[in-house]
Amino acid sequence: MQEKVGNPPKDGDFKWVGTNAIRPDGVEKVTGQARYGADLNMAGQLTGLVLRSPHPHARIVKIDTSKAEALAGVKAIITSDDFEEQDPTLAAAGEMMVNYLDVSRNVIACDKVLYEGHALAAVAATSKSIAKKALKLIEVEYELLPHVIDPVEAMQADAPILHEDMITAGVNPPPEKPSNISKQMEFALGDIDKGFADADLIIEREFKTQPVHQGYIEPHACLANVTADNQAELWVTTQGHWIVRAHCARLLGWDISKVRVTSSEIGGGFGGKTVVYLEPLALALSKKSGRPVKMTMSREDTIRATGPTSGAVVKVKIGASKDGRITAGQADMIYQAGAFQGSPVAQGAMTAFAPYELDNVKVTGLDVVSNRPKVAAYRAPGAPISEYAVECVIDEIAGKLGIDPIDLRLKNAAKEGTQTAYGPKLGPIGMIETLEATQATEHYKTPLGPNQGRGVASGFWYNIGGQTTVMMALNEDGSFNLTIGTPDIGGLRASMALMAAEELGVDYKSIRPIIGDTQQLGYNFLTGGSRACFSSGMATVEAAREIIQEACSRAAKLWELPEEAVDYKDGWIRPAGDNAGAHEPISIAEIGRMAGKTGGAIIGNAKINAQGAAPSLGQHLVDVEVDPETGKVSVIRYTVIQDAGRAIHPAYVEGQYQGGAAQGIGWALNEEYIYGDDGKLQNASFLDYRIPVASDLPMIDTVIVEVPNPNHPYGVRGVGETAIVPPMGAIANAVADATGVRFSELPMSPPKVLKQLDLARAANDADLKM
Amino acid sequence: MVRVTLVGNLRQFADGISELEIEAATIKQLFARLSERFPALAPHLEDGMAVAIDGIIYQEALLQPISDNAEVHVLPAIPGG
Repeated sequence: MQEKVGNPPKDGDFKWVGTNAIRPDGVEKVTGQARYGADLNMAGQLTGLVLRSPHPHARIVKIDTSKAEALAGVKAIITSDDFEEQDPTLAAAGEMMVNYLDVSRNVIACDKVLYEGHALAAVAATSKSIAKKALKLIEVEYELLPHVIDPVEAMQADAPILHEDMITAGVNPPPEKPSNISKQMEFALGDIDKGFADADLIIEREFKTQPVHQGYIEPHACLANVTADNQAELWVTTQGHWIVRAHCARLLGWDISKVRVTSSEIGGGFGGKTVVYLEPLALALSKKSGRPVKMTMSREDTIRATGPTSGAVVKVKIGASKDGRITAGQADMIYQAGAFQGSPVAQGAMTAFAPYELDNVKVTGLDVVSNRPKVAAYRAPGAPISEYAVECVIDEIAGKLGIDPIDLRLKNAAKEGTQTAYGPKLGPIGMIETLEATQATEHYKTPLGPNQGRGVASGFWYNIGGQTTVMMALNEDGSFNLTIGTPDIGGLRASMALMAAEELGVDYKSIRPIIGDTQQLGYNFLTGGSRACFSSGMATVEAAREIIQEACSRAAKLWELPEEAVDYKDGWIRPAGDNAGAHEPISIAEIGRMAGKTGGAIIGNAKINAQGAAPSLGQHLVDVEVDPETGKVSVIRYTVIQDAGRAIHPAYVEGQYQGGAAQGIGWALNEEYIYGDDGKLQNASFLDYRIPVASDLPMIDTVIVEVPNPNHPYGVRGVGETAIVPPMGAIANAVADATGVRFSELPMSPPKVLKQLDLARAANDADLKM
Repeated sequence: MVRVTLVGNLRQFADGISELEIEAATIKQLFARLSERFPALAPHLEDGMAVAIDGIIYQEALLQPISDNAEVHVLPAIPGG
C-alpha cells in the first residue's frame, strides 16, 4: 500500500470544485426515503433489548436467565459468557490500537458493572413487549460498591477503586498501589520558568467543564443476520463500518472475512459512532437464535449509557510582556475517562496552545476513571476543553494590557515554520489569514447595545489521513459509479463527485457516488478526524486519473498510436500533435461504450494510506446579551471564520462550521449531566439535557478562508472538527465583556450566571457592568 | 543520520533522553533502532505513535522513507472524532 501524500494542489478556475452542486442524497432525505440504522427490516427478525445496570458500581455475583429463557417468544439470551475472553494488551484494529478487554467489558459487563446503564445481558424475542418482559425475568444478584463520579474525587486516596489492576502509567517509578488515574503525561517546549520570569503580566486561572453528549439525533441502531456457518451481515448506523467489523469479529472470535457490514445513512455521529455498543450483541443474539435481530437504542439509553466527551478541570497560567507577546504558557489538565481508561487528555494537552507561536510551553495531563459511561470521541476530542481555558486567559490578558483581542492573537499567531509544543513545525496554515478576516467582518465593527458583549476565540485541529480505498467504474453508457468507503456524515458523496467531475472533465450529474460495504472495497478507516474529504478525495482523484490513463490507452490502441501520442482534456481524447495523424476526437463516454470490445471494464482503484493532512485554524466571533435579572445568555450574532484549504462544496463546509458552532454553544450555555447522590443520571432526555434547537440561535454566518494544503491535489483541509473548538472560549469571553465577570465553569446556564452576578453585586465588584 | 525528538512521556522509556540522532531510512527502521537502543520504549512505539517527518505527520506508515538529516518527532497518535 502506498503512503500517499498527494500532488501539489491545482489552482485556477474550476468548473465543478467550489460549486454547491445538488447533493446526491438530497431527494431521499427530504422525502423520508433515506434508510437509516433503524429502517431496514428482514423477514423473521427478532427484537433485541439490553438489560442495563441500575447501579453505578457493583460486583455481579450471579446472573440467572432461566426464567427469562422459559418465556414463550424468547429465542436467545446472552451474557459476557457468549463472548471471547480478551487480552488486556493493545491490539491493532485497522488503524487503531485498541484495548479489547476494555471494549468487551464495556459492550457487556463481566465481573462488575461500572456505571448506571452498563449492559450486562441482552435478549432477542419475537416482539418488543416479550423482550421487555424477559428483561424483567432475568435475576441479577449484585454486591453494591461505593461509587465516585467526579474525577477530582476519584483521584483521592480514599476513592472507590474501579479497576484493581490500574497502576498509573507515565510515572517513574510506577506507583505501588492501584488508583483511578490511568496515566499521566507531559508535553514541554523551551524553558517555562524563564518564560514566566520574562513576563510583565502573569494570569493564572482554573476552569471546569462538564461531560457533554455528542447529541446525534439518530440513536444507535443495527440489524444483524448470522447464518449457521457464521456468515454474518450487519446493517448499522456508524462512522466506520470497517472498525465495526474488526471489533465484532474480534469480540466474537469470528473471521473478519465472514462479517459483512453495511453503513446506513447516518443521523449524526460526531465521534460518538466510532465505537460499538449494540452491534456485537445483535450479532451474538442472531447467531444464537438463528434469526435476524434488530436492536435500537432509546434516547434515554443513548444519553445514559453511551460515551459523552470528558468533563475536565484545567488550570492555565500564561505570562506576557507588556507589549502583548506571550512569553510562557502552562496548563495542567485532569480529564475524566469514564469507566475505562482513554480520555482525550493527550490531544487536549497537545492542542491547547497550538494556535500560537510560543517559545516556552509546559502542559501536563491526567486520565482519570470514574463511574460513568466510558467517554467516546466528540469532534476534535479534548481540544475544545483545553482551548476554552487558554482562550479565556488570553482574552483576560488582552483586556489587562489594553490590546485588542485579535491584535494580541496576531502578535502571537502560529504560522508556517512555528515549532509546536507537540513536536513538529507547522506547514502553511491560516491562523493569520483567519484573524485578519475576522477583523475585516462587518460583525466585528458593529456597535453593541446594553447588556451585550462580544467575544472572540481561536481554534486548531490537526486533522488526519489514513487508510482509504475507492473504486470508480466507467459504465457502458459513459456514466460513472464511484464507490467510497467513508460514511457520508457531512457532504462526502457530493464532494467526491465534484472532484471526480473536475478531474474527468465530465458533468457532475454523470457520476453516482455510493458508500460501499466492507465486502465491496479494501479497508477504509472511519469517517472522523476530519479526514474523509481529504483522504477519500485524494483516493478519488487517483482513481479518476487511473480511468483517464486507461481510457487514453484504449484510444491509443484503437488508433494504433503509442500512448504518449494521445491527450485527454474535458472528457475527450485527442491525438497529441500533428504527427499523431488525423483521428477524430473520441469521448470518454464512447470509450466506455466500447470497453467490452477493447479489453474489458474500465475501472480506477485507489488504495492509499493518505498522509499530509494539514491543520485547520478558525476564529469564532460572537455577540451575546445577558439578562441581568435571570442570568440568561442569548446568542444574538455569531460568525465563524475558518480555513478550509479549498472548499470543494462551500455550502457543506458552511454547514460544518455552523454545526460545530451550534454544538459548542450548547456546551457553553446549557449541556451537563446531572447525577444524584446515588450515582444515577437524572436528565436522560432531550427535555432535560438541553441542546440548542433552531429557535435558540441566530443564523450563524460564515467566512470560508482558503489557504490550500500543499499535500492534497485540490488543497483540501478537513474542517469538521476545528469548528467546535472555539465556541466555548468565544462565548465565555463575550459574557465577560457583557457582565464584567469572568466565568470559569461551564455550562453558563441561567442559574449559574445569576449566582455569579449576585456574588459580584454583593462584593461590590468594581468590574461588574450590570 | 536523522534528528529524533521523543515527545511527551516517551523520554521516560529512553533513559530520560528526548533528543537523539539515529540512523534510519524508514519509519520501520526508526522504530527498530529505537527499540534496540531502548527496549522499554518498544511496546510504546507499537502503542499507536505518529511520526512527523519535517513537519508532516504520518500515522501507520512503517514504509515511509526518512531522508538523511530529516527532523523527526515521535508523538502520540491523533484520533478521529
